[in-house]
Amino acid sequence: MSTTPVVDIRDLKITFATDRGSVAAVSGVSLSVAPGEVLAIVGESGSGKTVTARTILGLLPSTATTEGAVLLSRRDGSQQLDVTRLKGSALRDVRGRDAAMVFQEPSSVLNPVYPVGWQIIEGLRAHAKLSRAQAREKAIDVLRRVGIPDPEHRVDYYPHQFSGGQKQRIVIAQAVSLNPGLIIADEPTTALDVTVQAEILELLRRLPQDFGSAVVIITHNMGVVADLADRVAVMYDGEIVEQADVRTLFESPQHPYTRALLDAVPRVGGTRLRTHEPLDVDGTSAAFATPAVDPTATPVVEAKGLRIVYPGRLRQPGFTAVDGVDLVIRPGEVLGLVGESGSGKTTIGRAIAGLTPISDGSLQVLGVEMRGVRERTFRPVRKRIGFVFQDPATSFNPLLTIAQCVAEPLVVHGVASDPHDARARVDELLEAVQLPAAYGDRFPHELSGGQRQRASLARALALDPELLIADEPTSALDVSVQARVLDLFARLQAELGFACLFISHDLAVVDMLADRIAVLHRGVLVEEGTGDEVLGAPKHPYTQRLLASLPVPDPVEQAVRREAWNRLR
Amino acid sequence: MTTTTAPAPAPAPTRLPLWKRLPVVHQLRTSVGLQRGMLVGGLVLTAVFVLTAVFAPLLAPYGYAQLRSDGVAFGSQQPPSAEHLWGTTVGGYDVLSRVIWGARTALLVMIVAVVLSSVVGILLGLVSAYFGGWLDRTLVVVADAIYAFPSLLLAIVVAIAISGGQSGMWAGILAAAISITVVFIPQYFRVVRAEVVRIKSEAFVESARVIGANHWRIMTRHVLRNSTRTLPLIMTLNCSEAVLTLAGLGFLGFGIEPTSAAEWGYDLFKALSDVTSGIWWTSIFPGTAIVLTVLGVTLVGESLNDLADPRLRTRRAAAQLAGEVGTASVVPGGVLAAGPEGFEGLGAFEGPSDATFAGPTAEDGAAQ
Repeated sequence: MSTTPVVDIRDLKITFATDRGSVAAVSGVSLSVAPGEVLAIVGESGSGKTVTARTILGLLPSTATTEGAVLLSRRDGSQQLDVTRLKGSALRDVRGRDAAMVFQEPSSVLNPVYPVGWQIIEGLRAHAKLSRAQAREKAIDVLRRVGIPDPEHRVDYYPHQFSGGQKQRIVIAQAVSLNPGLIIADEPTTALDVTVQAEILELLRRLPQDFGSAVVIITHNMGVVADLADRVAVMYDGEIVEQADVRTLFESPQHPYTRALLDAVPRVGGTRLRTHEPLDVDGTSAAFATPAVDPTATPVVEAKGLRIVYPGRLRQPGFTAVDGVDLVIRPGEVLGLVGESGSGKTTIGRAIAGLTPISDGSLQVLGVEMRGVRERTFRPVRKRIGFVFQDPATSFNPLLTIAQCVAEPLVVHGVASDPHDARARVDELLEAVQLPAAYGDRFPHELSGGQRQRASLARALALDPELLIADEPTSALDVSVQARVLDLFARLQAELGFACLFISHDLAVVDMLADRIAVLHRGVLVEEGTGDEVLGAPKHPYTQRLLASLPVPDPVEQAVRREAWNRLR
Repeated sequence: MTTTTAPAPAPAPTRLPLWKRLPVVHQLRTSVGLQRGMLVGGLVLTAVFVLTAVFAPLLAPYGYAQLRSDGVAFGSQQPPSAEHLWGTTVGGYDVLSRVIWGARTALLVMIVAVVLSSVVGILLGLVSAYFGGWLDRTLVVVADAIYAFPSLLLAIVVAIAISGGQSGMWAGILAAAISITVVFIPQYFRVVRAEVVRIKSEAFVESARVIGANHWRIMTRHVLRNSTRTLPLIMTLNCSEAVLTLAGLGFLGFGIEPTSAAEWGYDLFKALSDVTSGIWWTSIFPGTAIVLTVLGVTLVGESLNDLADPRLRTRRAAAQLAGEVGTASVVPGGVLAAGPEGFEGLGAFEGPSDATFAGPTAEDGAAQ
């Protein structure tokens, strides 16, 4: 094999034309990928990592202007072309053959009206003269190699007949079918659950050995990087700030940004943000002291045999989202609710907030029985509940200023007559979440994601609630922003002492905050206990699998864990 | 990690003066090339039409129902001359005056029809989508049923029901406007309903519900204001359709009496027999007036539509602006939600996070 790099990016600059003038997305990136190498490009949203990778395939929108060169080599070394200069059929010839792409969301990448085999064959026949039978043969072969069981039959299946993880395998099969020298994977596991993610990562890691392709993986997840990469490039603000071998990068990061990024990554069993012991005399502890939870106090939330069924359509049976869950949250306690998508964790949060009716069992919220509750009875209780939504971008009315949004609960409950009247309290709240009072006059889209989520926290706390429901409050945020929001959250909980249901899919985040952790699996509560009990010595096999699947941001430790995970399979 | 320092208040992002954010002005500023040409052309035609309508008494040499001046009759079907620049009709009216006064009737019908239908349609759509259930199902079926009729046929039926076919100026205008309204209500109803159904499930509406806001407050403050962004477009397109329907009614003889108001469709109807006998001036001028008015308003509507959609909107070529890159501090990202925050600490405000790939921003919505 030749030693020329598969792709050689030289001084790449990309600018976008927007309504507000042009914007630099990538400024002077140079990067090269050797054959058979796994390169991870990490960075937060807006760092230009996706734009850089898409340039390799010429996939930028027409509003982009590119300077510099992206030299892509054919596998046999017969040609090396500058992709940025290619157009039309020359560009199509390169796509799929020299480099192929694996996208983030497998369910939207596959066309739902064609069988998966057809979609793989389409790519094969676009590049080589193959008969239908030959192409089908190849498609079956490549499906087998990515681990789809019974590919002879399933080649004719439609995308909806596969699970999310299998769909991602098919997308990978599509990418490797033409045997390209380079596979670009853009956040390939972000849309997947942790246990599925581990399987896909295993497959991606085998690509260089099994197919001989180099892999460029774009991710924000340092655990994925530690698990997969040989070499890492860290991007910030359109530039590469550091490039190093994966072990070197994790052991001795050079650039301050890399260090900050690694520090911000939450780890299971890492530092807890809350403690029930008094602070050290010198106050060096990073945790916030909170009074111990009184186990005899009347619980703010008590669920017994809680069952929530979403009604089915047209006489089909309903879908049981939550099945017989017992749950207690006491005053001042933070309960972490963990589970994968579809486990029913969000449904429980919504039921407590009175957004979803419960079907069976009992759910007491602040002394009100939620089964068959009327809005009229529950409205006074709403005052005592705060809710923080997952996506800060959509949880604010785009036409109201931040101050008006934060004042909304005060106005609705008659504490203030209009937003103007509530302004003093709003400023106080913004202060508490570390936003300058002047930000109150801005519109939601004028704030960044982290700032919006802090404003959202201010709104939830406006009426000084006894119970706060936080539904994945940090999953839409970058790690460094997430770290700050979590820190603020712990501080406010210590000051105000509200009880909290903290819903998350991220074990490490929950471990940082929660007094107790409850693990949900398909609507059933499989395990509950303190962080040390559940995450330190998990009893239920599902919890064990969940923990083993979680990639840790440390390449040495992750290699050991991977072995353990492979044994557990 | 545990920084306690509050971020220094960054200067608020500059907002354009109000007049620059007004609907049409805003679009005019952002448009380029052919799209701009279309918009400007449409605006010019529309402005001429509106000005003609407003200043009709000053512009028209005679009244719309005037048959004689200084005791001398105009005469029927006179060719263009110094007294009658565009000639006279078979009924003995001055064509130029009729065309100018006709703009007034068309404008009034447009305004009444669009205001009536949008108010009723928006209210019904909002209530129907927000509460859902049997009310929603019934209203949707009724709206669909109205759609099933040819709109002109429906307008004729309503016109007959209201005015018995022929009537005076205001009665005629109202009859025409109301018959057009009946046809248009389902359009507003559907558009608003679709928007409200979408907005209703947005997190900020749920957040208002969690706070404990009542239905009326959620509907007016949170839902309605966010579901009106496509309405200006439908309104402009409906204006042109209103002119066509009015002309159609007049042409079929269900319009306004010539003695009550001037109406282009009626004049065309009366000019029908002239065409074969080589009398061109009675049909060409009212016909052209209809075409230009509809064209102008449609051009404005279509341009607004294209400019509202980021995929259809053309931007100034990127290369042209490459020199200005240094001044932009915003970094584009695939994720709209998360804006760039500095890694050193609490990042100072760096500009709207959705400046790049975002579609129409909330500010556009506010301006509309």
